[in-house]
Amino acid sequence: METRLKIEPTSVGVDPDASKTSAVGVAIRFLIGIGLIAVMGLFLVAGFLFLRDSTLPNAIIAIVAIVWGLGGAALLFWVFNWIVEQFSDEWTARLQPFVFVGPAIFLLAWYLAIPSVRTFIISLYDRDGVTFIGLQNYVTIFTDRQMIEAFRNNLMWIVFGTSLSVIFGLLIAVLADRSNAERTSKSFIFLPMAISFVGAGVIWKFVYAIRPEGIPQIGILNAIVVALGGTPQAWFVDTNIIPWNNIYLIVIMGWLQTGFAMVIFSAALKGIPTEIIEAARVDGASELRIFFQIMIPSIQGTIITVTTTILIFALKIFDIVWVMTGGQFGTEVIATAFYRQSFVARNAGLGSAIAVVLLITVVPVMIYNLRQFGKERAF
Amino acid sequence: MGSKKNKQRTNAIIVNGALFLLVLLWTIPTFGLFVSSFRDRIDIQTTGWWTIFPHREWATTAEIDPREAGLDPDGVMTIEGVQGTFKEMRDGIEGDGVRVIWIGNKRIGRIEVQKYTWTVNWNFTLDNYQQVLGGKEFTYERPDGTIETVPGDNFWGSLWNSLAVSIPATIIPILIAAFAGYAFAWMSFPGRKWFFIMVIALLVVPLQIALVPILSDYTKLGLNGEFLGLWLAHTGFGLPLATYLLYNYIRDLPREILESAFIDGASHFTIFTRLILPLSVPALASFAIFQFLWVWNDYLVALIILGGNRDTMVVTMRLANMVGSRGNDWHILTAGAFVTMIVPLVVFLSLQRFFVRGLMAGSVKG
Repeated sequence: METRLKIEPTSVGVDPDASKTSAVGVAIRFLIGIGLIAVMGLFLVAGFLFLRDSTLPNAIIAIVAIVWGLGGAALLFWVFNWIVEQFSDEWTARLQPFVFVGPAIFLLAWYLAIPSVRTFIISLYDRDGVTFIGLQNYVTIFTDRQMIEAFRNNLMWIVFGTSLSVIFGLLIAVLADRSNAERTSKSFIFLPMAISFVGAGVIWKFVYAIRPEGIPQIGILNAIVVALGGTPQAWFVDTNIIPWNNIYLIVIMGWLQTGFAMVIFSAALKGIPTEIIEAARVDGASELRIFFQIMIPSIQGTIITVTTTILIFALKIFDIVWVMTGGQFGTEVIATAFYRQSFVARNAGLGSAIAVVLLITVVPVMIYNLRQFGKERAF
Repeated sequence: MGSKKNKQRTNAIIVNGALFLLVLLWTIPTFGLFVSSFRDRIDIQTTGWWTIFPHREWATTAEIDPREAGLDPDGVMTIEGVQGTFKEMRDGIEGDGVRVIWIGNKRIGRIEVQKYTWTVNWNFTLDNYQQVLGGKEFTYERPDGTIETVPGDNFWGSLWNSLAVSIPATIIPILIAAFAGYAFAWMSFPGRKWFFIMVIALLVVPLQIALVPILSDYTKLGLNGEFLGLWLAHTGFGLPLATYLLYNYIRDLPREILESAFIDGASHFTIFTRLILPLSVPALASFAIFQFLWVWNDYLVALIILGGNRDTMVVTMRLANMVGSRGNDWHILTAGAFVTMIVPLVVFLSLQRFFVRGLMAGSVKG
């Protein structure tokens, strides 16, 4: 083994470390490195300018964009790795991890970690971003009538949206488990997960569509109501029933998220040993009792995880409300208030304060995740 | 024994019946949209989409010109055994299985004789899709023969934009996260633990926290309204989950493979590109589908970074705009909504297995 390792370099005729140390070698490598960076820079800048200024058809721009974006990302890694590998082995070992992990850390810092601090600082200023007003924006958030309405609605989203998704997800998972059409039925329930919230908004606006009394209804819900002898309802834009009109929007979230809950629960239920359930059946336990006393306790951990995930989702709900009502008719939520303040009313201070409140509400989950991580492994 | 079997059968019926009802409930909204997108625009406005199923309605069987038939509109008229004045006929008079109705005004109107018959409303068309996809003018012929011109909605261009956004915004974060996951799993460097704690902490951070500062950075850098800006934003927001998932996967790959590669003198870069990436395909695929659907369906980030530029609009923005400006034009809304759904549905249905696996691996995303 030892001899082979010693012989190999000479048999090739090159001492691998020689080129790394000789002056000419260093100079050549340096020039190649500069050249590579220049070529890469040219490629990136040229692509950027082309995409920015081009007026070609969308299809051509799309293809150029995809090639440029993917090629650029790969090129960056390759070039910097090549440069790092030209150093002595010791320095390569020291620098290479940062070539690998550097882009991720840079982007995480730029897009999430540092903005958390920056947004907090912006939130301490007035809408012009110059006058320091301390916590005044936070006082506004918790006293303004519209903000309180947004908090109330978001609470409804969290409570009803999450329970709808979790209860139906669990129910369908249990039913599907005993059905002989498990795969098909699960696919149908799961399908809405592929649909955008904007698309879902259109789908449900059509379900809720209302036409004046006396002419045929084109929305299926009102058609049913009229067929049963009722008068057509305005559903989610019915200001007489505020805040309960929010329920009609929350149903959309339940429709979208039930599939997610169902898939996870379904896998967890399959993990329960069949012997336990069979034994309970032999002992004469009813199906309901098996469900509440065996199934639910066995998948408790999964239920908590799924509930947390959907809860965070409900907390940040934006698209559905924005597309369906624009936050009018008493349906404002935190994320729409954030958007309205930050980008419509141009009050970055207040908008940022809302974002910070949103962040603070997820801090318990963050701490839980970190604790789990600390418990699970010695990193 | 017999009663037990009966009970089992009843249970099976209840289970399958309940499941079928739920599936039906979940499918009807999308089905209604799908059917409506192929219906004539006048039909959508006047009848429910469920009239494509067999149902009974009044259908015209004969048209009568009252002047030719010698009827006096000022007195009582008798047609098909139905009697009535002009006023009554205008509201429609029902007789023995027939309805007689006066259409139009008193002097030049006509009388329609209708029968209550079984029928289906199958007047399907592709016009809605043509109008929604095309970027040029689109013309209709109104029932009275005049021509109406409306601008197309250019969803076709937006579909390309969505692809130009979604594909790089899916693959770039995967590439970056896979490199990082490898470094966290197999390399040692100062700050390794703290950087990873940062990844975990950022898993649930809502992206709203970043939008205001990022937008101001973009204004300075000239990235506003550019695909690059949107790719980077989606990359940044998707990275915590991607890094976490790929780290977990790469860490669990058998150590011996790497060690033997090292002994053969392979560099980290070679091991990563030749060995780790191919071995990680299942994990990469499940995250890719997750991220692709997320980016394709995203509205908020695209809205903020791409702004109102009509040339770079992605499909969700175009659809949302349509809801805002033409909220009652159901013929184009339904077709537009379905156009936005086609790509994610195809991706989802063909790669469902990977997607489910990705969901299971943990999906608390900020």
